Amino acid sequence: MQNNRIAMEKRIGRVADVSEPTQTDARRIAEEARDRVRFEEEALELSDQVFRVARHLVGSREEAEDLMQETYARAFRSWRSFTPGTNLRAWLLRILTNLNIDRGRRIQRTPQMTSIDEHGDYYLYDKLEEAEGTPLDEERVVERLSQDSIVEALAHVPHDFRDVLVLVDIGDFSYADTAQILDIPIGTVMSRLHRARRILKGELAEEVVN
Amino acid sequence: MQPYLDRDLNEEQMLEAEAHLDDCAYCRRRYRFEVSLRRYVRTAMNEPMPLELKAKLAALRTPLH
Repeated sequence: MQNNRIAMEKRIGRVADVSEPTQTDARRIAEEARDRVRFEEEALELSDQVFRVARHLVGSREEAEDLMQETYARAFRSWRSFTPGTNLRAWLLRILTNLNIDRGRRIQRTPQMTSIDEHGDYYLYDKLEEAEGTPLDEERVVERLSQDSIVEALAHVPHDFRDVLVLVDIGDFSYADTAQILDIPIGTVMSRLHRARRILKGELAEEVVN
Repeated sequence: MQPYLDRDLNEEQMLEAEAHLDDCAYCRRRYRFEVSLRRYVRTAMNEPMPLELKAKLAALRTPLH
């Protein structure tokens, strides 16, 4: 009786010994599948926000749509390299900006800065004030600018500067996240952002003057 | 003013910037203008994602077995 019980326990033990790795493997596979599904869902939930940025990093809506598909295809393939708990939106945009560079979409190189009209920080403000002839209502005066003209003015900002402006102003990324996405030093983010805003405002001021 | 507008200053610098804006009407007017310009630019750039694209992205997911 006692021997039987020991024999039975051994058998159970042996069964357990054999089945344990299999169960662990199955659990691991199930967990990985669950993590992957969760990752894909989270990435898709962010797609509206990623598109909003992508749309203004490239010239046309069609290019932005292609770039989005390439980005998500790559993200879903290499999801294991994402560190959970870090900024997924920044991770997706890092892929997107790298693809944008790799695919040679940035043929237009940054023109020499000397060829760009760069005015002071308050050039647009001053021009609007001149045009208005009276002290400005700071919060309403921007409505004198058409929304199309803003989109067009942004398209005239050279790529390297525009990328930073789009990530910070439209993507709401911090300087640190933007530096990481574009793989440039934080000081470069700040200087490019400053110049990008000056160029954008200079372009808008031209519209006011004309 | 740029880092203040981007909220990329430490607490001490933020307080310093706010104190200056309280005292200086010249900077305050320009600050208000910059805030509304940024808001306006953001609105102009807010192009919604096409629904077809959303469906295409969802189709890229790994199929469940």
